[in-house]
Amino acid sequence: MTIAFPPQTSSSPPGLQPEGWLRYLSFSLDHKVIGLQYMVAGFFFYLVGGALAGMIRVELVSPISDFISRETYNEVLTLHGTVMIFLWIVPVVNGAFGNYLIPFYVGARDMAFPRLNAVAFWLIPPAGFLLIASYFIAGAAQSGWTAYPPLSLTTPAAGQVVWILSVLLLGGSSIFGGINFIATVLKMRRPGLKLMQLPMYCWAMLGTSILVVLSTPVLAGTLVLLSFDIIAHTGFFNPALGGNAVVYQHLFWFYSHPAVYIMVLPAFGLVSEILPVHARKPLFGYTTMVYSILGIVFLGLIVWAHHMFTSATPPWMRLFFTIATAFIAVPTGIKFFNWLATLWGGKIALNSAMLFSCAFIIHFVFGGITGVALAQVPFDIHVHDTYFVVGHFHYVVYGGTVFVIFGSIYHWFPKFTGRMLNEDLGRFHFLITFIGFNLCFAPQHWLGLNGMPRRVAEYDPQFTLMNQISSVGALLMAVSTLPFLINVFWSAFSGRVAGDNPWNALTPEWLTSSPPPVENWKGEAPLVQHPYGYGVTPGQIDLGAATGREIWSSGQ
Amino acid sequence: MTAFSPSSDQSPSNTLAPPLREGSAPMAQVATENGHPDHRMFGLATFLVADGMTFAGFFAAYLTFRAVNPLPAGAVYELELILPTINTVLLVLSSFTFHRAAKELRHDQLGACRLWLLITAGLGLAFLGGQMVEYFSLPFGLTDNLYASTFYALTGFHGLHVSLGALMILIVWWQARTPGRFTADHHFGVEAAELYWHFVDGIWLVLYGILYLL
Amino acid sequence: MALVLTGLWIGQNVELLPVAASLNAPIYDQLFKVLFSIGSILFIGIFGLLLFSLIRFRRRDGETGDGAAVEGNLQLEIFWTAIPAIVVLFVGIYSYDIYDRMGGMVPLSDPHSMHGAAMAPQASDGSAGAVIQASVLGTPPEPSKRIWGGIGSGQISAGPALPVEVTALQFAFLFHYPQGDITSGELHVQKGQPVELRMEARDVIHAFWVPEFRLKQDIIPGQPTLLTFTPIKAGSYPIICAELCGPYHGGMRSTVVVHEPDEFATWFEKNNTATVAIAPSTSSTG
Repeated sequence: MTIAFPPQTSSSPPGLQPEGWLRYLSFSLDHKVIGLQYMVAGFFFYLVGGALAGMIRVELVSPISDFISRETYNEVLTLHGTVMIFLWIVPVVNGAFGNYLIPFYVGARDMAFPRLNAVAFWLIPPAGFLLIASYFIAGAAQSGWTAYPPLSLTTPAAGQVVWILSVLLLGGSSIFGGINFIATVLKMRRPGLKLMQLPMYCWAMLGTSILVVLSTPVLAGTLVLLSFDIIAHTGFFNPALGGNAVVYQHLFWFYSHPAVYIMVLPAFGLVSEILPVHARKPLFGYTTMVYSILGIVFLGLIVWAHHMFTSATPPWMRLFFTIATAFIAVPTGIKFFNWLATLWGGKIALNSAMLFSCAFIIHFVFGGITGVALAQVPFDIHVHDTYFVVGHFHYVVYGGTVFVIFGSIYHWFPKFTGRMLNEDLGRFHFLITFIGFNLCFAPQHWLGLNGMPRRVAEYDPQFTLMNQISSVGALLMAVSTLPFLINVFWSAFSGRVAGDNPWNALTPEWLTSSPPPVENWKGEAPLVQHPYGYGVTPGQIDLGAATGREIWSSGQ
Repeated sequence: MTAFSPSSDQSPSNTLAPPLREGSAPMAQVATENGHPDHRMFGLATFLVADGMTFAGFFAAYLTFRAVNPLPAGAVYELELILPTINTVLLVLSSFTFHRAAKELRHDQLGACRLWLLITAGLGLAFLGGQMVEYFSLPFGLTDNLYASTFYALTGFHGLHVSLGALMILIVWWQARTPGRFTADHHFGVEAAELYWHFVDGIWLVLYGILYLL
Repeated sequence: MALVLTGLWIGQNVELLPVAASLNAPIYDQLFKVLFSIGSILFIGIFGLLLFSLIRFRRRDGETGDGAAVEGNLQLEIFWTAIPAIVVLFVGIYSYDIYDRMGGMVPLSDPHSMHGAAMAPQASDGSAGAVIQASVLGTPPEPSKRIWGGIGSGQISAGPALPVEVTALQFAFLFHYPQGDITSGELHVQKGQPVELRMEARDVIHAFWVPEFRLKQDIIPGQPTLLTFTPIKAGSYPIICAELCGPYHGGMRSTVVVHEPDEFATWFEKNNTATVAIAPSTSSTG
């Protein structure tokens, strides 16, 4: 397969490559264009999913079901989960940053399969619009993003079938992306670049892609069977026809637990890129970081049944999955301690990217602690399917991954556009997101412990106050999007010109112009063997070598 | 060695030019860089791992159903073995014929290669025919019971793969008519179809084992 | 040290849970306190460390240099691999013990079932902490009808259990007392007497949850499920459906009333006129 490059007919002035903006609506094969396509599309769906979350929080301001009908409420919560997971977080942390950064990191001019890459992206908008359109046309699915049968078999079929179709398309997109990342990381490395010299994000994406390739197909197969149950009235998962609803849960969680790692491993990788740059220190414990990613990948595949401790699983299974789940805390803990050690003794720039990354550490540690608790069967029995779980996973995927996405945008925006984001607006954005997020989700742990189940439109009046606090937090989070959007639009056109390497970073994407040329480097791709080689005393320059460490030194 | 220089805040202008123009000279390339070595076989293999996981999910579901869900009275468990066994032989044989075809191609025997490709496709179609005959002679339908549904889902999904594979074989067979389309060294189409065909064959063996023999 | 003490204090003294009203609830609360203490120590420690680093090592105006080029420290890395591993192992073993005391690890003996959760009549072993009762008091299920046990499949030496048949359907729980042929929309039980719920779902998956009992069990159609517990505190507690079951899921609530023994006898007698069936009073609230 040859790489095709979109023709460039005029030289572009610094800025947004205005002559080429139509490329972002085209079947472009440039990995950078595709990455930004993922990001913008993902952010659009984030706004959609956020609006849905807003509807949920408005409904929950009062203990009775008064804002939207109960059916609509269930549609809204189903769409919220599906949109946020499959159309925002997965495409953005994998597709957007993966496509943009991985070729730079391996020293390639594009992904291994540019066409497949474009196909993978262009599956997303139709799938997303299909899903959203189902809400307006036939009524969306009502059975939650888990779509447990028999409920998913008895709720209106049209919405559920559209939901399945849409998730299948998104799963396909995800698998194509995963194949592409694996091939790019393993096969496209610049000569001389060893695996253990890659920036950490490559390892995270390699691990993520392995999970995608191994687990997503199982979900696809399961959903095909579920659609047979709905359309052809087979009885795979329908107990009334002799089927078994628990088998669905096993198969579903075989994907959907790894899906959590598909959402957070790339975030781990991104944080590992951001922290060393802004702390001016090498990433602490590179080797253990790599092995802990591989450990998480392996353990992530064998813990799914901890979502089913109340679903009549036998004791041995509960015991096994408890232990396996709890042990994920070990590799994860290594990563967090390594990050703390990276910060220790650094020269930390307290900018937006750093603040978002540190908030990620705090939130994820909190989510991890509640996660280890949830892995304990006796504890889980009480709080399973309650707002405790809702609080827990929002700490992991929002407080964790979404905070990293914002941090990463602040970090890489200069590379994307050649202009800096406004720092004051950025810190303001951080502040209200941080407050809003914690206000919204911390009280939910208490709600769950005290008896509020999840996915309800009405609840015991004793929980009113906490729910109202939570809704205020949600409102703040909604508001926090505004300074961000203003910042992005304003800075894209009239932000401070960033230069090629505003952070003085060493990873390869900074060693080219901003925004980078179509084939990434004008000349030969640089060989960066020490992507985290910060901290060498200025003056020690060896012009003979061209590793990142020396380049940085010479830049001083 | 490198053609760039580090830059700093103060100097937005640097040695790197804005995006390349089409007319510009080919870049200084590392040997393997822009020839973009062909990783399609690797990609296909990864895809087949994913595809195999779909089957693995189905197998796991089937085995669990069998272990946990009792069949209603009157449901058929014993399957006729003759036809599926013949089918198995056909499919295994087709793997060998495809291997032979690829071997001929590597020796630049295009004619022989095309013949063996045709034989392979024929065996694949014969398998599909056998499958059809079996479907029509089975005493149960898709929605009769859990076992029947799973049987049709598994064999049907596999049959879909065989159909695609046969189509792929016929396509490369047709493409091979053009001289120079496939050479002894460059024949991705044939190679890909072969790998896929072996995969489908291997899946069938597992499927045959757990569906018919177990 | 102060950190550990703070964590322990928080774990022991911050009350986040509702009242403990069943025999296994206090055991559960013990586990919760341990988890909460460990969690507080870790969280405060990491949070403090991070905050300290951000303040102490922030880049001051005019500073341009880098931090120290420390790329790793094997001893340190081994240390913080070992610490979580030990903590996790401890928590795992401890929660296993708790789970055992709650009756979750009773060997189940249905050879046909992959989920193996058929309940089998067990000889009582008189273990003190055991809460939950699995014997069916002379009415073993017919072999074809498999019963799937949840956490409650333990055993207890205290008195005979009160069997109650629970039917979960969209959107209500129905309780039927085979001993008195009473049907009720509320669950009435007697303080101190083990209760054995034989649960079945009619349509979709429901879950039976009483926060004050720290008990939850999914009720999956096609899988009769057994749940046993012993209430120890008189009062009224909510029964909540915890598995999304349709539009009125949020309204699928009922009440469990734990009576003093004499009170319960009165209630039972009053309703025991065999034919009196109380209309389900639960279902959706508006």
